[in-house]
Amino acid sequence: MADQSNPLLTPGALSVINLGAELFAEALRQQEVPVVQVQWTPPAAQDEDLLDLLDNLL
Amino acid sequence: MAERILIRAREYHDSVRLMRVSEAIRKSPGVTEAMVMMATPNNKKILGNAGLLSGEAEAAKADDLVIALIADCEANAAAALELAEDSLAQKPGGAAGVAMPRSLDAAHAATPGASVAAISVPGEHAFREAKRALELGLNVFLFSDNVALEDERKLKALAAEKNRLVMGPDCGTAIIGGACLGFANKVRPGKVGVIGASGTGTQEITSLLDWLGAGLSHAIGTGGRDLKAEIGGATMLQALDLLAADPGTEVIAITSKPPSGEVAEKVVAACRAVGKPVVINFLGLGKTGTEGNVTFTDTLAETALAAARLIGAEGEMPALSDEEAETYLAAARAKRTDGQKYLRGLYAGGTLCYEALLGLKDLTVQSNLSAGAGPLPDLFTSVGHTVIDMGEDDYTDGRPHPMIDPALRNQRILKEAADPEVALLLLDLVIGYAAHEDPAESLAQTLTEARASAADAGRDLPVIVTICGTEADPQDHAAQVARLEAAGLLVTRSNAEAVRLAATYLEDLHG
Repeated sequence: MADQSNPLLTPGALSVINLGAELFAEALRQQEVPVVQVQWTPPAAQDEDLLDLLDNLL
Repeated sequence: MAERILIRAREYHDSVRLMRVSEAIRKSPGVTEAMVMMATPNNKKILGNAGLLSGEAEAAKADDLVIALIADCEANAAAALELAEDSLAQKPGGAAGVAMPRSLDAAHAATPGASVAAISVPGEHAFREAKRALELGLNVFLFSDNVALEDERKLKALAAEKNRLVMGPDCGTAIIGGACLGFANKVRPGKVGVIGASGTGTQEITSLLDWLGAGLSHAIGTGGRDLKAEIGGATMLQALDLLAADPGTEVIAITSKPPSGEVAEKVVAACRAVGKPVVINFLGLGKTGTEGNVTFTDTLAETALAAARLIGAEGEMPALSDEEAETYLAAARAKRTDGQKYLRGLYAGGTLCYEALLGLKDLTVQSNLSAGAGPLPDLFTSVGHTVIDMGEDDYTDGRPHPMIDPALRNQRILKEAADPEVALLLLDLVIGYAAHEDPAESLAQTLTEARASAADAGRDLPVIVTICGTEADPQDHAAQVARLEAAGLLVTRSNAEAVRLAATYLEDLHG
């Protein structure tokens, strides 16, 4: 089922969640674009296995 | 001399952050070498070359952190190690005291208006995060590479279902309403919309649009494999629909390596149906001319020029005067020794490198890209004419892209300068958001050293550099050009011009 229309190009709608290199969040802040940096860490190996299992079930 | 090699199991930091921590430690008193890296196979080679690969570091896994340093005495080594640990303990973005979300879900709950997830986590984790972002109703800018093709197909199928875009994987550049995601340039607002399957291809076209006075509405990245048969141009087709419906876009330009026949037909048919003029650049296809609303172009510069003219912008393509270029090349020719026969091209931008290989097809050029005459037996040693993309995984696994960290390319420049067969260096310099804050300074210093070492051996070393960026970029374009010119280099404003001049310079050597 299609979601509502894509707001990507709507003026003033850009707001970013950044996962990974902080450099990209810094560049967005420099441009005054709203950005939230996630303090991302890789899932532990056993969590990864569990997540794979859940992915396959869902 | 005192050495410290510390392994911190399962501790992740991104490569740019680690590069900055390494640089800070190198400035610590008495420190002669410092490397803080994830223990990827490539980084272990780098540690080994520096004599810092202990048995424990050798056994470390790619998700383990290695802190390795050499100092002049035990006290300075201990102080440097403490500095490293303090730097790593600081929260990202200097957000002291501010609780940062630790997951995409938590960030989304705290930011209900978010429209894009920008993802640059290691490739093996990227699929799960991108999938979750789509499920949350976000568009995805997926910078990560090393994502399986089948995973890309699944993500794009989910994106179509959710009416969202997956820009990527391995997407370097997007500009949405003037805001730069990834590596991108400050381009004046305008009415051309760009869709690019490559980062530096998009940077070159959008920057030249700015120079031509045309400006940009949006630039949407698709990732380099989007037009492969397995993916079918999924993001390209969605992006065409978005720009077709966008009232701020009057002309659309698309760029990609040539797609498979079936996908090309689908994309061209979609372009014919958008109701706006479209410029199509399938790099290397060699097709030009206009058919109805569709214009085909051969180079990135021609793509920008065609789009600019379609919206009535009449600015000139920035270029050196014939006299300026010929004076430089004639002086270089006069000093060339008999042994200097070969071109060495060292690119940070993948598509700029690819375009160079196409422009030099009359020569036999070795490369790490498929457009070359043959693969290099050793990626770290040039043979005959060699033009390489140093942004490829072979060079960047576990370390920042050369647009951020010029160290590896600088080393390679010095190596080429010591080779008596090198007649000409061809380089790019990409500025803009997320790129190195002063790349010209680093490059000029290295090239001054390289040219001096060649001069000591009785050789001149001419260098052509193409600079990709705009006057509004944070690095100050004019100052970057001036710094390079002061170092005795020939600086062009488009890659097509740089490649043409390089080919001209080599003409009398190879007929």
